[in-house]
Amino acid sequence: MIIQEKAKILANLKIIDKYYKVVLFSSQIAKGIQPGQFVMIRVTETTEPLLRRPFSIHRVKRKKIEILYEVVGRGTKILSEKRPGEYLDILGPLGNGFDINLKSGEQKPKILLVAGGIGVAPLLFLAEQLIIHTLRPSAILLGAKTKRQILCEKEFKELGLDVKISTDDGSKGFKGKVTDLLRDFLSTANTQQRVTIYTCGPRKMFREISLISKEHKASIFGSLGEYLGCGVGACLGCVVKTKRGFKRVCKEGPVFDIDEIV
Amino acid sequence: MPNLSVNVGKLRLKNPLTVASGVFGWGEEFKDLIDLKKIGAITTKTITLKPKEGNPQPRIFETASGLLNSIGLENPGLDIFVKEKLSFLKEIRIPVIVSIWANDLEEFVELTKRLNRIRDIDGIELNLSCPNIKSSKTKDQRVRLIAQDPKATKRTVKAIRRVTSKALIAKLSPNVTDITELAESAEDAGADAVSLINTFFGLAMDWEKQTLITGGLSGPAIKPLALRAVYEVYKSVEIPIIGTGGIMNTTDALEFIMCGATAIGIGTANLVNPKITIEVIDGLRNYLKNRKIADIKELIGSFHHS
Ligand SMILES: Cc1cc2nc3c(=O)[nH]c(=O)nc-3n(C[C@H](O)[C@H](O)[C@H](O)COP(=O)(O)OP(=O)(O)OC[C@H]3O[C@@H](n4cnc5c(N)ncnc54)[C@H](O)[C@@H]3O)c2cc1C
Ligand SMILES: Cc1cc2nc3c(=O)[nH]c(=O)nc-3n(C[C@H](O)[C@H](O)[C@H](O)COP(=O)(O)O)c2cc1C
Repeated sequence: MIIQEKAKILANLKIIDKYYKVVLFSSQIAKGIQPGQFVMIRVTETTEPLLRRPFSIHRVKRKKIEILYEVVGRGTKILSEKRPGEYLDILGPLGNGFDINLKSGEQKPKILLVAGGIGVAPLLFLAEQLIIHTLRPSAILLGAKTKRQILCEKEFKELGLDVKISTDDGSKGFKGKVTDLLRDFLSTANTQQRVTIYTCGPRKMFREISLISKEHKASIFGSLGEYLGCGVGACLGCVVKTKRGFKRVCKEGPVFDIDEIV
Repeated sequence: MPNLSVNVGKLRLKNPLTVASGVFGWGEEFKDLIDLKKIGAITTKTITLKPKEGNPQPRIFETASGLLNSIGLENPGLDIFVKEKLSFLKEIRIPVIVSIWANDLEEFVELTKRLNRIRDIDGIELNLSCPNIKSSKTKDQRVRLIAQDPKATKRTVKAIRRVTSKALIAKLSPNVTDITELAESAEDAGADAVSLINTFFGLAMDWEKQTLITGGLSGPAIKPLALRAVYEVYKSVEIPIIGTGGIMNTTDALEFIMCGATAIGIGTANLVNPKITIEVIDGLRNYLKNRKIADIKELIGSFHHS
């Protein structure tokens, strides 16, 4: 059930540089929302910008929704200027999240989470849910430009997860892209065990991950960050080409089996 | 209680509000968010005889208070529409207007004949004005619209009029020199109403991706242009007008009605505020109540008489 709600801002804090976290009180949407699902936020009552902006759920605590976001343009800038006590018009839960249920008889795979930059946003909520479903990830690979911009390292460690880090400038962890780190990581891994990778980020990264993990017959599920229109499947503005025709990112997605996307 | 009901040809709407084609899907997408049966009528996404894949990305792009779209009429085709989408629409128990598009006149007629046999369909809106389909018939691939040619408009509406008794609405394009001529052609050919306007040819630059985005412009940016079209057409035809273009609130809706629209279509605003239709219906009712106006029909075209 999709709900439109006026959610009170409880906190809206800068984490570092252009990264912020907003905490919303949502009496209805927080209930039953799944990792990988998202909300559409109307950041202004004016017509500039006109459309709502989509954001994944970073974490849910009872009736509190946390959203981790990067200021990249007009909408996210306005969002970053909102103060606690103000209300946001939000629409959710939307889309299909990460499918974390094993098919009956299916063996537990080795699970990896891979994120570059803001792509980490939905993966914390996902990690928490995977652990609840006794599908503890083997590792989370976090990429950032530089040491200070590594997001959520502490939160993942608190979940007891093995956090691997890459930075473009080598200021912490592996020097290079998170996809290079993944290649490195997989090269030492057993190719017999089935691997499932959950990721979020630009489509280019999905393709790289897909190439890198070929020998491992990995299943890769990625959350796509395309431009959205309505968020509810009506306008057909956000479609992506898959092996079975156009699919709506906001409805059949935003999480897709990467092998399906052409 | 003030009377909000209006007639659009044979269509009886309990209030003047309909949704613009293509921005409200098949209705079901909004079922959790609003009480659909409160809407005056639902206009579907444009359907075609055969399934249509639509255009590749980019399909939507935001501009100053506006939206450029180039969906390219993606739809599952008549058969799947009837099999999978129509029963939901029927259950709402409000008039259903099916928007249609075809490659040529023959196909338009065929599509209409088949829709005409279906009881649950109350009206047919001819999309003569989609700006996002390149013509396969001209070498330069220019977009040519039936609604840019008064003769073609007349011929098309006339042929379709012959094969249907349902309310027939011609949806016109603002991409013309004089829209009143086109409205007159539609009226002469037997249309029950005209729907104005479809989107404007537009273009934007995506600097990030270094590409041009072409498409049809909608949203609040086009409201004054749409309002002018309604205002002018009201003076030139007798048939009712469904006014559409940038309506974002009750005031906008009132302006369209007072400029001559019998009914109004809300498009892009549904993407911004999915409750907009209900808010405008309530807003219109309150306006009439506060002004002690008994019937909304008193307002239709009232700017012209003052
Ligand atoms: C399902 C989904 C979940 C998302 N979750 C998050 C999240 O948790 N945290 C987060 O920070 N961001 C997330 N995003 C991306 C976020 O929605 C965009 O960054 C935001 O809409 C940009 O708005 P803006 O007005 O600030 O930027 P704009 O001024 O609109 O654009 C700034 C630049 O970013 C580009 N851009 C804008 N929107 C998008 C987009 N959706 N995809 C790709 N490029 C875009 C534009 O081309 C432009 O160059 C998500 C997107 C989707 C589809
Ligand atoms: C995403 C989108 C899809 C549309 N699809 C159609 C369509 O299939 N058929 C049609 O006749 N008009 C279509 N339109 C045009 C609208 O019905 C409407 O005429 C136009 O957008 C102006 O109204 P608005 O400013 O309220 O959106 C579409 C508009 C948008 C924004």
